[in-house]
Amino acid sequence: MKSIDIVIVGGGPAGLAAAVAARKAGCDSILILERDGELGGILNQCIHNGFGLHTFKEELTGPEYAGRFIDQAMELNIDYKLNTMVMDISRDKVVTAMNRTDGMFQIQAKAVILAMGCRERPRGALNIPGYRPAGIFSAGTAQRLVNIEGYMPGREVVILGSGDIGLIMARRMTLEGAKVKVVAELMPYSGGLKRNIVQCLDDYGIPLKLSHTVVDIEGKEHITAVTIAEVGPDRKPIPGTEERYTCDTLLLSCGLIPENELSQSAGVEMSRITSGPVVNESLETNIPGVFACGNVLHVHDLVDYVSEEAARAGQNAVKYVKGELGTVSDSTKGRINLVATDGVRYTVPSTIDPDRMEENLTVRFRVGDVYKDSYVSVYFGDERVQHRKRQILAPGEMEQIIVKKQDLLARPDMDTITIKIEKD
Amino acid sequence: MEQRFLTCIGCPMGCQLTVEMDKGEVISVSGNTCKRGDIYARKEVTNPTRIVTSTIAVKGGDKARVSCKTASDIPKDKIFAVMKDINHAVCEAPVKIGTVLIPDVAGTGVSVIATRNIAKVS
Repeated sequence: MKSIDIVIVGGGPAGLAAAVAARKAGCDSILILERDGELGGILNQCIHNGFGLHTFKEELTGPEYAGRFIDQAMELNIDYKLNTMVMDISRDKVVTAMNRTDGMFQIQAKAVILAMGCRERPRGALNIPGYRPAGIFSAGTAQRLVNIEGYMPGREVVILGSGDIGLIMARRMTLEGAKVKVVAELMPYSGGLKRNIVQCLDDYGIPLKLSHTVVDIEGKEHITAVTIAEVGPDRKPIPGTEERYTCDTLLLSCGLIPENELSQSAGVEMSRITSGPVVNESLETNIPGVFACGNVLHVHDLVDYVSEEAARAGQNAVKYVKGELGTVSDSTKGRINLVATDGVRYTVPSTIDPDRMEENLTVRFRVGDVYKDSYVSVYFGDERVQHRKRQILAPGEMEQIIVKKQDLLARPDMDTITIKIEKD
Repeated sequence: MEQRFLTCIGCPMGCQLTVEMDKGEVISVSGNTCKRGDIYARKEVTNPTRIVTSTIAVKGGDKARVSCKTASDIPKDKIFAVMKDINHAVCEAPVKIGTVLIPDVAGTGVSVIATRNIAKVS
């Protein structure tokens, strides 16, 4: 069996940034396995601008941002295989994959980086009543059809869900001559960026109906109309509020789910909140030497953060291969547990071993509701050590705090860090 | 006296801004909680601009379409004129990121440039 130091599953922004950082950290045996026909992942179809403000200090489009990392990977001669599907990762890090030229093959990896990204929540997971005709697409599928293949899915569009991809597609379809009649959002707030609501909907006079959902789909062969209704605080439709919209296309932008079938079959412990692996300060899962980064770990809203996180996973994988990360039997049983409570839904990482962490560790998290004029508080045990006022916190925006190594080493008995939202 | 209502895009607060205008001149901005709201509102009511991104058909390339953008922002009221030119354009492979695909699109003085590489196939 072929042996490789670091096998990276996925050649999107996370896999590319992990590979580049691992090479720069001195690993000369790296292989990226990518199931699509090109590197870059979903960025290739995200042709709108707004990527890279943090990383490159300029506004790039998705393909340009991917291109910067692909160029680096090529300059560093990083090996990759395209059109290659990873079938299995075993607990002892044997990666089984297949493609049309090599057939089925196995690689013994010293470290594995999970960078498979996420997928869209499909209609089947949304419980929308009505017929099941053609013309219903996830927003990302429509994005691929329009931007890569050059096909328009339809001319009269209704969009359910106001995530950023849905908003971006509302504008994209409008620019290509379609009429986007309405965007319906189940929640009382949009999960999309304010900039996208203004520049993708308001600019084109597309109404956004908050607290609304689709209650019926008409059409036997092809979709002909949908009915949307207002929902109450219990998110159930309110009778009498139904409105019917004729349309030939329904786009669904109702959330993203990390794609973790491979992680689970490998025995990686999963978080029920993020649907991604539970990781420690080194972005290492419970299986020593298996790391996770990017949207397979938790769904990000900025690719810049994906790149930054993935680079750390790449560097830590190199340390692991060189035996510099320290040996542990279960890597997510570090001394300190991070507890997310009072409005904080989760944290990445979940545990910290102060001996293994860098001088400064970025802990990322999301809140579960919109909070105005509130404080993000960090407790070391019972002691409040950070208390930062925020004008607004929203579920659509990832938040972060910084934890210092010296502070943790100075508290050898502390076993819990709590992050919560407080009114005062 | 004329009033314009905007949503600020500076941060997730999304302050509801009211701009008082007189003969095209901004008299006052209110509703903002920080300076960014004031700057945004003044630009948005006097000279709103946008970057336009789309795709252009490619001949002889390894992809059917090349993604593109306006090299800088263009006046908001020219968006559909720019799209019309983009939809009529066809380019030849190979294309590199930054290649000018349409010079001076829709009379804006701004060019449309490629945002991805397309290799030539024989």
